[in-house]
Amino acid sequence: MRSLGVALLVVGATSPLAAQDTVPPREGVRVGITYQPGIRPGMLVLGGSPSELLDSVRAIVTRDLDFSDRFEVITLPADDSLTLGVRESGEPGADFVNYRLFGALGADFAVRLRSVDGEQVSAVVYDVRQELVRREISFAVPPPDDAEFRLAVHRIADEVVRTVTGVPGVAATRLLFLRDRRVYRVDSDGAASQPLTAAGVPTFSPAWGAGGRQVVYTEFHEPGGSLFVQDVASGRRRVVPPSERGLNYTPVLSPDGRTLVFTRSGEDGTDLYSWNLADNCCLQRLTVGRFADNLSPTFSPDGRRIAYVSTRAGLPQIYVMSADGTGQELFAPFDYGVTGSSNAPEWSSDGLSVVFHRDVGGSPQIFVMDVGSRTVRQLTSAGRNEDPTWAPDGRHLAFVSDRTGSRQVWVIDLETGRVRQLTRGGEARLPAWSARID
Amino acid sequence: MRLSIPLMASAAFVIVAVACGGGPPPPPPAPVIDSAAIRDSIARAEAARRAREDSIARARAEAERMARDRAMADSIAREAARVRSMLTELVHFDYDRSNIRAEDATILDRKIAILQANPAVRITVTGHCDERGSDEYNLALGNRRALAAREYMVNRGIAADRISTASRGEEQPLDAASTESAWARNRRAEVALAAGGDQLRAPSGM
Repeated sequence: MRSLGVALLVVGATSPLAAQDTVPPREGVRVGITYQPGIRPGMLVLGGSPSELLDSVRAIVTRDLDFSDRFEVITLPADDSLTLGVRESGEPGADFVNYRLFGALGADFAVRLRSVDGEQVSAVVYDVRQELVRREISFAVPPPDDAEFRLAVHRIADEVVRTVTGVPGVAATRLLFLRDRRVYRVDSDGAASQPLTAAGVPTFSPAWGAGGRQVVYTEFHEPGGSLFVQDVASGRRRVVPPSERGLNYTPVLSPDGRTLVFTRSGEDGTDLYSWNLADNCCLQRLTVGRFADNLSPTFSPDGRRIAYVSTRAGLPQIYVMSADGTGQELFAPFDYGVTGSSNAPEWSSDGLSVVFHRDVGGSPQIFVMDVGSRTVRQLTSAGRNEDPTWAPDGRHLAFVSDRTGSRQVWVIDLETGRVRQLTRGGEARLPAWSARID
Repeated sequence: MRLSIPLMASAAFVIVAVACGGGPPPPPPAPVIDSAAIRDSIARAEAARRAREDSIARARAEAERMARDRAMADSIAREAARVRSMLTELVHFDYDRSNIRAEDATILDRKIAILQANPAVRITVTGHCDERGSDEYNLALGNRRALAAREYMVNRGIAADRISTASRGEEQPLDAASTESAWARNRRAEVALAAGGDQLRAPSGM
């Protein structure tokens, strides 16, 4: 009798890692990194005798150092006991600095701000462990009521960060966002928000150019929308000629500022176009969608590639192509029929990551893709989180969240997981983070 | 003294007659009859009366005509308003979709009939979305909704150059609430008259 061999069927489930797409969302913001307190160097910001200029400078710098997420910032109430931490001797290099006291307070570094000749502020950075002055830098700071005051002070904080870590901070940057259909600008610490476009004229999708000195955005008109390049300081603007007709939006400038790439929606569907801004000519159609839409471009920092959104697979997903439109391919992997819509990609300025939002269980969440390995990591899990934009340090992101009940811009640090609210008040959407402003 | 009354009366008469010094008063003079003048004035009065009656009749006729015209204009305007409201009736869409559903196809069929009955009319179709989904993507989705409505009508004989399209994404919600019913209201295509809407005529049978 033939024995019936039992056939063992080994069914290997070969579904690729669908990452956090299949993990049910938990309460609160969940980040892949667990925060370990005590791992960051302590940074003591020394107080001093009251002075209108220095009090403002100190407050802004202290907040910037905290927002850099690179230090445990130690501040103590400004009274004479701390000013005695440094006793000036009048001779450079011979000041008494109470390093032991600073060390006892948990500081690895300390910064003292003092005003020199009324118009200059100097920042002295002390290395507490080595008991020496790391660096003293002088800054020209205009009076507190000057329009450029805050930016000048932010640069001080960025230089302190660079002195300690080797990498400058991103305090001297600004963000654009849309509120009441106007383009607004705000400092990186959330202060000094002001509109850049007129009331009553609906606008959309603002972006930066020229190192934070220019903005580009859509202004709606009946029945479409035109693109404008505007100088931030003067407010002067000019229309981008091929956008005078049709519905044109999500403009982005190439890193060298010579090319403008944008989305146009019309009878042909939705596709990406490029325009030679430097020579004011030469409209080129980069994608020919036919039955698919292509939109939301973002340049790689070397200007050679463009990541974008395409619906060629049904739902919108993230694709990449060369800047001339050739070589189109999938960028952020997805499971057909399982993965939700992906939108709003932005390439980091170090070229290593692309951030975007993707629908998970019906709500958009922030995802980061490592460009080299094409692996995708989910950063948020509760509420609706969308439209992310990179800070120039490649570790901070701004995005839109409705976790407080209305859409506001929030900032997250990828390394520590710390989250802070940037905008308050009326709904804020579509943020864009500038480069460091010189 | 008792005198007889008649004697007294005739005595008074004689006394009065003797006092007036003459016979009975003369009769009034006979009127002078100018026939022509009378006939003239009668004729003029007649003419004036007829003229008044004529002008009253004319005014009445004029008023009646104006009333008829107004009634006709009112009814044309009501008709045009009725046709216009059918032409601009909203069509709606499912979430993240741009296909035309059966109930919305009926609404578009009415617009097709109106466009056929009014060859001068041109329209603009604008697509809208609810607040969910990417803000940027919703401009593209609104565009697809407008194109879908246009394609439906062009495929059934309306010339393509009579329908232009636009999109406003999620930027112009009808209802700002964050509820299913508000979202359903906002997922729509709006039709607006771009030209030729002066005297809209109803298609026969509508």
